[in-house]
Amino acid sequence: MSGWLVILASAVLIAGLLVAAGVFTWVERRLLGFLQERLGPNRVGPFGFLQWVADTVKLLTKEDAPPEGADVIAFRLAPALAALPILAGFGVVAFGDGLAIAPLDMGVVFATAMLALTVYALVLGAWASRNRYALLGGLRAAAQMIAYEAFLGLSLMGVVLIAGSFAMADIVAAQKGAWFILVQPLGAVLFFIASLAAAHRLPFDLQESETDLVAGFMTEYSGMSFALFFLGEYVAILLVSALAVTLFLGGWLGPWLPGPVWFGLKVGAVALLFIWVRAALPRPRYDQLIAFAWKLALPLALLNLLLTGWVVVA
Amino acid sequence: MTTLASEPAARPAATPEVTPDVVAQLRARFGPAIIARQATAEDFPVLWIAPDAAPAIHQFLKTEIAEPYPLLADLWCIDETARQHREGQPASGVTLCIHLVSLARNRDIRLKTACTADDPRAVSIAGVFPNADWYEREAFDMFGVRFDGRGSHHRILMPPTWQGHPLRKSHYARATEQAPFRMTPEYFAAEEKAATFSPEEHGLPTHRDGVELMTLNFGPHHPSTHGVFKIVLGLDGEEVVWAAPDIGYHHRGAEKMAERQTWHGFIPYCDRIDYLGGVMSELPYLMAVERLCGITVPARAQIIRVMLCEFFRITNHLLFYGTMAQDVGQMSPVFYMFTDRERAHRIMEAITGARMHPAFFRIGGVAMDLPPGWDVQVREFLDWMPKRLDDYETMVLESGLFKARTIGVGEFDTATALDWGTTGPQLRATGCDWDWRKKRPYGGYDQFEFDVPTGARGDIYDRTRVRVAEMRESLRIIRQCLDHMPGGAIKADHPLAMPPPREAMRHDIETLIQHFVSVSRGLDVPAGEATGQVETHRGLAQYAIVSDGGPSSYRTRIRTPSFAHLQLLPLVAKGLSVADLVAYIASIDFVMSDVDR
Repeated sequence: MSGWLVILASAVLIAGLLVAAGVFTWVERRLLGFLQERLGPNRVGPFGFLQWVADTVKLLTKEDAPPEGADVIAFRLAPALAALPILAGFGVVAFGDGLAIAPLDMGVVFATAMLALTVYALVLGAWASRNRYALLGGLRAAAQMIAYEAFLGLSLMGVVLIAGSFAMADIVAAQKGAWFILVQPLGAVLFFIASLAAAHRLPFDLQESETDLVAGFMTEYSGMSFALFFLGEYVAILLVSALAVTLFLGGWLGPWLPGPVWFGLKVGAVALLFIWVRAALPRPRYDQLIAFAWKLALPLALLNLLLTGWVVVA
Repeated sequence: MTTLASEPAARPAATPEVTPDVVAQLRARFGPAIIARQATAEDFPVLWIAPDAAPAIHQFLKTEIAEPYPLLADLWCIDETARQHREGQPASGVTLCIHLVSLARNRDIRLKTACTADDPRAVSIAGVFPNADWYEREAFDMFGVRFDGRGSHHRILMPPTWQGHPLRKSHYARATEQAPFRMTPEYFAAEEKAATFSPEEHGLPTHRDGVELMTLNFGPHHPSTHGVFKIVLGLDGEEVVWAAPDIGYHHRGAEKMAERQTWHGFIPYCDRIDYLGGVMSELPYLMAVERLCGITVPARAQIIRVMLCEFFRITNHLLFYGTMAQDVGQMSPVFYMFTDRERAHRIMEAITGARMHPAFFRIGGVAMDLPPGWDVQVREFLDWMPKRLDDYETMVLESGLFKARTIGVGEFDTATALDWGTTGPQLRATGCDWDWRKKRPYGGYDQFEFDVPTGARGDIYDRTRVRVAEMRESLRIIRQCLDHMPGGAIKADHPLAMPPPREAMRHDIETLIQHFVSVSRGLDVPAGEATGQVETHRGLAQYAIVSDGGPSSYRTRIRTPSFAHLQLLPLVAKGLSVADLVAYIASIDFVMSDVDR
């Protein structure tokens, strides 16, 4: 693609993602309401659909002041760091056959790297806030990210081994016969668990665990800075869902409908799973979570990789 | 009117002496230190003891006597300076009262110590009963009593900058009796300075093993402190090294208000002591007043009271259950449970006219009879709840993550619980089956079949399980109320039961005048002292009232379970992580209004 076309496509993609994230917040709130015997937002627009627009306007017009004694530059930088890498990560996602802005050979590695970068935003924001709750949240974020990145990467290596490529398009193409979720069930489960952590979603949202840390690393954020963290979280859900679909659910493959439509439907379904998990599960304690990652998930992911390697080589 | 003012109401027949030996044993052991025995309408002995002998006597009662008194239920003061009717009592300016409970005997005892009015001093018993600590601080805060043997006297409910001791008769009762308040910069700065917490001042360490501890202000506005409650935490990483609770943010001076409201007019305040308890805390107050007046409550009124109390027990336990799950991060149950509470509150509204604070009980009965169709609504609820509770069992109690968060966390044994005045589900979770409804059936509870669920480990999980089981028992009790609701009057036919029946009021002028006086000035309750105890959803609520024969109380002491339960927090919190501390706080199930009163 020529330079201008890439910029144009990126702009369209980013705009589309922002809208998608906004709509997703509405979907989440309505679905949670439905799951919890209540209504959820149903006032603004038909079925409350415009709620996310109203929320955006509200967040844009709210005062956004750094607390006294905060490191203002870092405080301002952190929210941007939370949202930007995730948006960049979408650059490598193949929405259809040949439909990717940057079809990198190392696409999967790039996307997971971009996901991992967000931890800098959390730690930086936490540290810059000069708030003790934020500090605790930031520390948890750092420890959790190290623990979960390790087996997130390992859980998808089985797929990479079978497909023989890190490129998204190749991985999808390799699933023409059977989706990798059938070949790699353990890898898929581990990847889903790790992606909950990568997207900072309940039950792995310890860095902002509202019951003990008020709002964790973003306690001091308000207005648009808060919105950027929020946006980062929701776009991250979409990104890990897109990764899950690409790696395990056959990407854009599917009968009758055009590829991008299939891709969108699958991503939506996986994203709904995130909401369902949030409605159902309690939150483990921080040390239990870390222990789970190192003592159970990581060995399982290694075992999975070993077995897959053995099968592929044999 | 003449009948009321001059003729003292009949006292209930003196109950046979139930613990003949405790007084005799005390006299034999301590001789002249047991100064006098006070005649009261209570069914436990009230003894006046010499101040210096207090720790020895308490030690004797707690550990040395056979079938001991391990539970210090309450410690409070009475300012005697304006009291007229003190026949047979030793001279005293401020009287220190201590109420002990023996589980083995199923009996109580109350010990009183006289202090001077100008410089009240007593001997601390915190060395014997550790939970006396906060009560002694409260006695200092409210009455200015200083305790020999205490290291420090910090205020507990009032701000540290407060002048005077509010429950003294010389202290003003209304803000309007003072000059208008002005918020000056100097005032603000002084308050700020006083509110700053310094660990050293409270004897708490700032370092552990050379590592500096992080001080974290947990509250007063924090989503998980369940009200305006502040805990200062000393943290090493996420581990709580020490916790210093700070209460009083919800203090409204209910005990002082009781001294200016009529006996009848104080009922709505009871609802707001534990603002989730509804009619529950009206009951101990009214039981005390009725005991003083010698009123017997008719059967129908008793059963209506029991039914409403059990409804509030269910709504409270539901709220606890939901917030417990929420505080370990489970988002949904609380919403389901609120829809169930809503059903219960609709029944409350149909019966009493209000959802949360009905002010429905009256001296000698209840305000109104049950409305037509009440049974249909109650039956619907009884059929609805059990399967919902089954659902919650699957969702919460059987959830692996919930178990991982709660089993073995925040546990303590029965002895610790009693040492710190813990009652209610928390005590029963340790395996002790003590329930006032069962052990001392009041207000008609003896007519019901129900079990007292207990736990074994005394951890958060057991506390949750006990409360869940209690909801099922409450449903059983309500079912029995529904099936066997007696007919008859809903109010005692007694001149002091207020207001008098409308028919009688229309019939003769005397009753009409009585009604007029009762609503305008308030009726005089005979002088004396009486106590009411009930098992609320949180534990023991005890109202100890003193009447001086006037239209309002001379002293109303409100013992709430939440106050006692919070005092144990620093002990249990030690070594927990911040997240576990939140779960432990949820499992105490307190309401700050119930703590601060």
